[in-house]
Amino acid sequence: MSEALLKVDDLSISYASEEGPVQALRHATLEARAGEAIGIVGESGCGKSTLASALITLLAGNARVTSGSVQFGGRDILSVSEEEKRKLRGRHIAMIFQDPMTSFNPVLTIGEQLVDFQDQREGLSKPEKRQQAALMLKRVGISDPVRCLDRHVHELSGGMRQRAAIAAALLMAPQVLVADEPTTALDVTMEAQIIHLLRELRRDYNGAVVIVTHHLGVVGELCDRVYVMYAGEVVEEGSTDDVYHNPRHPYTQALIACDPANLHEQTPVLPTIPGRLPDLVNPPRGCSFAARCPRVHERCRSEGPDYVEVGPRHRARCHEARS
Amino acid sequence: MLSYAIKRIGLALLIIFVVMLVMYAMVFLVPGDPASLALGPRATPELKHELMVRMGLDQPIYVQVWNFFRNALTGDLGYDVWSKRPVSEMIAEVFPNTLFLGAVAMSIALVAGIGLGCLAVVWQGRTVDRVLAVLSVSMISIPSFVVAIYLLLVFAVWLGWFPAIGAGEAGDWGSQIRAVVLPAAAIAITWVGYLARLVRASMLEVMSANHVRTARAFGLTQAKIVLRYALRVAIVPVVAIVAVGFGSILSSAVFVETVFSRPGIGTLITSAVQKRDFPVVMGCVLFMTAFYLTVVTLADLLMAKLDPRVRDTLRG
Repeated sequence: MSEALLKVDDLSISYASEEGPVQALRHATLEARAGEAIGIVGESGCGKSTLASALITLLAGNARVTSGSVQFGGRDILSVSEEEKRKLRGRHIAMIFQDPMTSFNPVLTIGEQLVDFQDQREGLSKPEKRQQAALMLKRVGISDPVRCLDRHVHELSGGMRQRAAIAAALLMAPQVLVADEPTTALDVTMEAQIIHLLRELRRDYNGAVVIVTHHLGVVGELCDRVYVMYAGEVVEEGSTDDVYHNPRHPYTQALIACDPANLHEQTPVLPTIPGRLPDLVNPPRGCSFAARCPRVHERCRSEGPDYVEVGPRHRARCHEARS
Repeated sequence: MLSYAIKRIGLALLIIFVVMLVMYAMVFLVPGDPASLALGPRATPELKHELMVRMGLDQPIYVQVWNFFRNALTGDLGYDVWSKRPVSEMIAEVFPNTLFLGAVAMSIALVAGIGLGCLAVVWQGRTVDRVLAVLSVSMISIPSFVVAIYLLLVFAVWLGWFPAIGAGEAGDWGSQIRAVVLPAAAIAITWVGYLARLVRASMLEVMSANHVRTARAFGLTQAKIVLRYALRVAIVPVVAIVAVGFGSILSSAVFVETVFSRPGIGTLITSAVQKRDFPVVMGCVLFMTAFYLTVVTLADLLMAKLDPRVRDTLRG
């Protein structure tokens, strides 16, 4: 495998709030190589969306990078000028959005937007860009692409919208593709179709794919490697097989146990992880999962665990990871 | 879209008919009949009767209403009681002045209002935004005839930059434009404030929408995002308000034309009311209603064109 295409190194981001800075992302480190798909999973509020925003350099106005960097193409893309960030977006790093209904402009046609999205592509006339957009729509499985180009987003079905959003992201063959909850807005049948499509597209895509989701199944279907996040930290990382079949962090273990896909018997109550996320304004001094961990002991409450290597490219932030 | 247009036009005609009935009722409710008012206290009963017959007032009310409606549809609004000139001709003579005044006022309001609204968005939360907020609310709350008097005092009497009265020389565009500036500004000022607030709110909402974030994520320039992606969505509610606003601008014209002694439909109505010249009052009100409804209907159609979502709710 080649060198990492995209590298997040010790990244911490906090949001200004009335109670003080909310530490949404704490010392996150991850990498994605060319041709590799990585998954970032975690529950709501774990910092995965903040991470996704950082990857496409679209952090909210009140967000502040307090440590670390996002390395792409040999530089830290969070510290370059606004203009350079703009030129990276879409062209080099593109995003598939969570809710395509609200992510397309309601008054412009899909075609007008797909043409605009190629603004950074030089040497192509408008009709050529339109042609390109039609080809891409065809490729994501829209049977009548020319008609789709003249439609507005509210005239498309949910599945068509999601396909159009994927087509938009692939338009300029970006090196990094970030998908933020690519199937959350869809029903189960549609979800299966979109996953199937993404798998197919992956075969002849040689950039890096980052899939951000709370859905373990999606990551299992699509990703080579997975990063599990909890309370702003990456708590476990490894190949999807290793992490799913041999989870070492108690949070990952609990998360997998709670996935309805892993229930083999009928149950009147779905399993949950007891307790709540810690306060991110004043994160706990020790391990952030200590308050909910079934295997907690004295050391966990006072000393935050470091990464513990548990296998080849598989590590977990837990004092007990090896036991 | 076509059936929608037909529906809207039918509705407009119905509204005109109702307005006319109300107008007619008003003429019968005010003390004194139009014939005695026209002829004065010393007219003989024979003379009065003759005039009643000539004006069609001896007919049953429903016949009178029907005749008026039928005549109005063919453009015949009756005759001025005093000068015996056709009302439609009198309106045609002064209306271009009012329309010009309204159009200039509306243009000022749109350019300044949308401009200030966008400025407030760009400097959101900063000093410029706060100053604009105070300024807009002040502009909304001061009635236009008060503004008119102050403008007249400062710019016409003290500084002498613009003429104080009249609509300028016929055929001389320069003098007509100079004459329209102050009255148009007096009318526009409320709408500048109002539109600035509306555009600001509408733009802020749109700028935080997901689709603007998408446009950002594809590296579009800020100028293109604001002008093509945000303003086009934000402008939809503005179009609806502007059409209603045009009606209110025409009614402010009644005051402002009087303050500036500008010939126009406002001065025509004011003097006709003073002279109890009912055919002129009725003709003017009917004409204004019809004109206003036309503007609102056109705005609705324009809105359907601007926002495909509106278009589809109409189709379905």
